[in-house]
This record gives sequence, structure tokens and C-alpha cells, in this order.
Amino acid sequence: MIKLSNVSKVFTLHNQGGTVLEVMRCANLFVPAGECVALTGVSGAGKSTLMRIIYGNYVAAAGEVLVGDTDVTQAEPREILQLRRETLGYVSQFLRVVPRVPTLEVVAEPLLSLGVDEQKAKARAAELLGRLNIPEALWGLSPTTFSGGEQQRVNIARGFAHNFPALLLDEPTASLDATNREVVLTLIEEAKARGTAIVGIFHDEAARERVCDREIDVTGFSPQVAA
Amino acid sequence: MTPLLSVKDVAKYYGPHIGCTDVSFDLYPGEVMGIVGESGSGKSTLLNCLAGHLPADRGEVFFDTRVDGPRDTLKMREPERRLLGRTDWAFVHQHARDGLRMGVSAGGNVGERLMAVGARNYGDIRANAQDWLGRVEIDASRIDDRPTTFSGGMQQRLQIARNLVTGPRLVFMDEPTGGLDVSVQARLLDLLRGLVRDLGLSAIIVTHDLAVVRLLADRLMVMKSGHVVESGLTDQVLDDPQHAYTQLLVSSVLQV
Repeated sequence: MIKLSNVSKVFTLHNQGGTVLEVMRCANLFVPAGECVALTGVSGAGKSTLMRIIYGNYVAAAGEVLVGDTDVTQAEPREILQLRRETLGYVSQFLRVVPRVPTLEVVAEPLLSLGVDEQKAKARAAELLGRLNIPEALWGLSPTTFSGGEQQRVNIARGFAHNFPALLLDEPTASLDATNREVVLTLIEEAKARGTAIVGIFHDEAARERVCDREIDVTGFSPQVAA
Repeated sequence: MTPLLSVKDVAKYYGPHIGCTDVSFDLYPGEVMGIVGESGSGKSTLLNCLAGHLPADRGEVFFDTRVDGPRDTLKMREPERRLLGRTDWAFVHQHARDGLRMGVSAGGNVGERLMAVGARNYGDIRANAQDWLGRVEIDASRIDDRPTTFSGGMQQRLQIARNLVTGPRLVFMDEPTGGLDVSVQARLLDLLRGLVRDLGLSAIIVTHDLAVVRLLADRLMVMKSGHVVESGLTDQVLDDPQHAYTQLLVSSVLQV
């Protein structure tokens, strides 16, 4: 489902003396449907960078990034947007929303943009918010004023609203209490059972052990090691 | 899929000075494109050339018309282009006063565009105007008031209602949130986003506010000194800018 071949990444900082940072060389990764792969490595090793390259958020300097049949490095913006709507989900660490939009709509939005009927989309959103223990009294409010943990859960609910065939998870269990952590891990297991290919970053070792089939140390993709 | 708007090598010069040059892009139905750049970068010049407000010196702008398919709007006769401007196109000005008739009531402002495309039944026009005032969150009781009695944010929303009432397919926006305070801005952005999604509009938004494009635009074009220096998916251009100027632009934003 997700296949990276010889991906490299270079940052050129034009306004800071033209510094060129080569951060990744010859990264290869294959994640078939139904498998969960954890990216590991110390902070700054390039876990998030790799994930952002898969999502099309960062531009790869070379190589091929296939998600389904789409090569993210070559696709037009509208093709990437379609991929993100239908195939590739991403749960980031931070919630980014338009002010004023109620939580229920924030969570239902991925479904609405797919053309799912409003009532069905909202029912699904309500189910997820309920499972993630967001009190119903908050559903009509904008999540911008919520606590960190609540925002994280809203973010997760949004990411899982549509059953994406491929999913990127950036620290999905960080800042969650035991009960909610358990809910999130169950959601991940359910997604895997449906055949979702998952790439995740988990600092929570027990969580990683439980849901991930393999670990890839991204330190192996750094240019110093490859050289 | 046929692009709704296909721009090829458009250029505009002010005497020896470059307004904008070598601009080419395709805009597909339902896409929202942002154009960012500092003052004088040529973004408004480009927008005005595309919308037919300024004559371009070179290039082609093909618009996929409902009846005849793609037509070069720069070569259209003035009456044809004006008809487009009243029907399939909309232009939201930075200053609402430029897009409204200040001496006519709010309902009249919305109704006028309907009458321009042939609506004649007073009851229908008024009902339609009332519906649109509601959609842009202007109280129905204000329908007979003139825009001179409205606040800046209300005037801007009225301008949007006036523009969208005829169901255009392409909306040009020049700094739609410029000059409004942040709370009004947020409200307007939320409104625009909903309208774009529900009506399947395509839009070209010129702004210097990167937060606005992040929320509204699918794609981004960065201009400097009349040239397009970078373009791509909005979050990609903002999070991993490749060109020196874009990097400077992104890193100059103050963090709140």
C-alpha cells in the first residue's frame, strides 16, 4: 500500500548562508495492507520528516513515494488532495482547525468532503467522540478552547472518521490517560483488521509492542550511515 | 477533466515596468488557489488581468464557458466578457465600497445582480436576497437599510452575498479579509470555506496573509517582482518552501 524507493531529502536554507542539509538518503520502506510499521530513532533522526514526505507535505529531493497507485513526488496538487481525501489519512500531533467550527463538524468534515450524507457523517463523528470520552456537552463547541488531551482526541476522531486504506499516525497516544490510550489502541487494531496500512511514530513503547508488526530505525536512512 | 480556467503566459507591463509576466497555470473545478507575495509583487495586477479589469499585454486566458466550452476571455468582445462578469464570474473587492452600490439598500444590492441576469418577479428577488443575507449572517431586518449604515465586516459579507447570488463558478477575491479585525476575519473565513465547499466554487484569492491561504486555498502561487517564483500544494509550499523568497516570507510571519 505504501512503498518508498530510494527517497532522499535535502533542505536548502537560502536565507541562512545557503546552508544545505542533507537529512535523508536512500530511504526504502514497504508497508502492505493490514500492517503497522513503527518509525524509531532519536529525536531529530527524521521520523516526522519521512512521514511528511509520504503525506506530500515535504518535497522529496529524489526517489519514489507510492501510496496506492499514486506517486506522491510527481502528483499534481489536486491529485494529492484527492489522495488525502480518499486514501491517505494523517493524525498529526496538533489540531489545526478553522475558529468557530463546532467539534462535531470538525470530526465529520473528512466524511462530508467525500460526499457522505450529513446525518451519517455526524452519526459516525458522534460515535467516535463518544468512544474517545469527549463529553457530549462539548460537541457543539469549537475545539480551539479544549485542553491538550481533548484536542488530541478530537484529532484522532477526525483521523479515524473515514476508513482510510493508509494511515499516518504521529504520536497518537501522547498526552492521553490510560482509558483513552486503550481506546486509541483498539481503534488502531480495528483499522489494521480492516486492512489499513499504518506508519506510526510511538514513543510509548508498550503501545508500539502491542500494535506494530515491525520497527524501522530511520537512523539507517541518514546520509552518514549510508555513505 | 477540462480546467475551468487555463492561463497561458500572461504578461502585463506598465511602460518599462513589469506588472506580471510569464504566468501560466490551470485551475480545475472546485479548486481554490491562493496568490501570495508582498505589495508590488504583481498579484493584484494578475488578478485584474484574469478578471478582465485590466488589458493584458500578452497571453491567453481560457475559461470553460457553459455553452461554448473553453474560450479565450482576453479575445472576447466586451459585452461577452461583461456577461461573464455578471453570471459565471464574481469579483470580491478588498474594499466592499468598490463592489457595492452604497446608495442602494442591502436587498437592492443583492437583487440588482439577479435582475441583471433577467429576474423580474419582485417577490422572488426579495426572497432570494433575504435567503442570501441569511447565509452571510446579516439579519433579515436590515434588508432595507443602506450599506452606509453597516460595519466594515457586514459590508464585506454583503458584497459576498451580492457576488454569489447568481451562482458563479469562478470567484476572484482581492484581499477579502484585509482591513477587518481578527474576530470578523475568522467569521468571514469560516463563511467562505463553507460556501466554497457547499457550492463547489473555484476561486482565486489574492492576499498577503499566509494564515488565510492555509485555511482557504488548496494550492498556492508565490509572486515576487511580477514573476511566479514557486507554486504547489498550500501546506507543502508553506511547510517546505523551496525558493529563497518563499522561505523569507514564511519565516517572517510572527508567531502568536
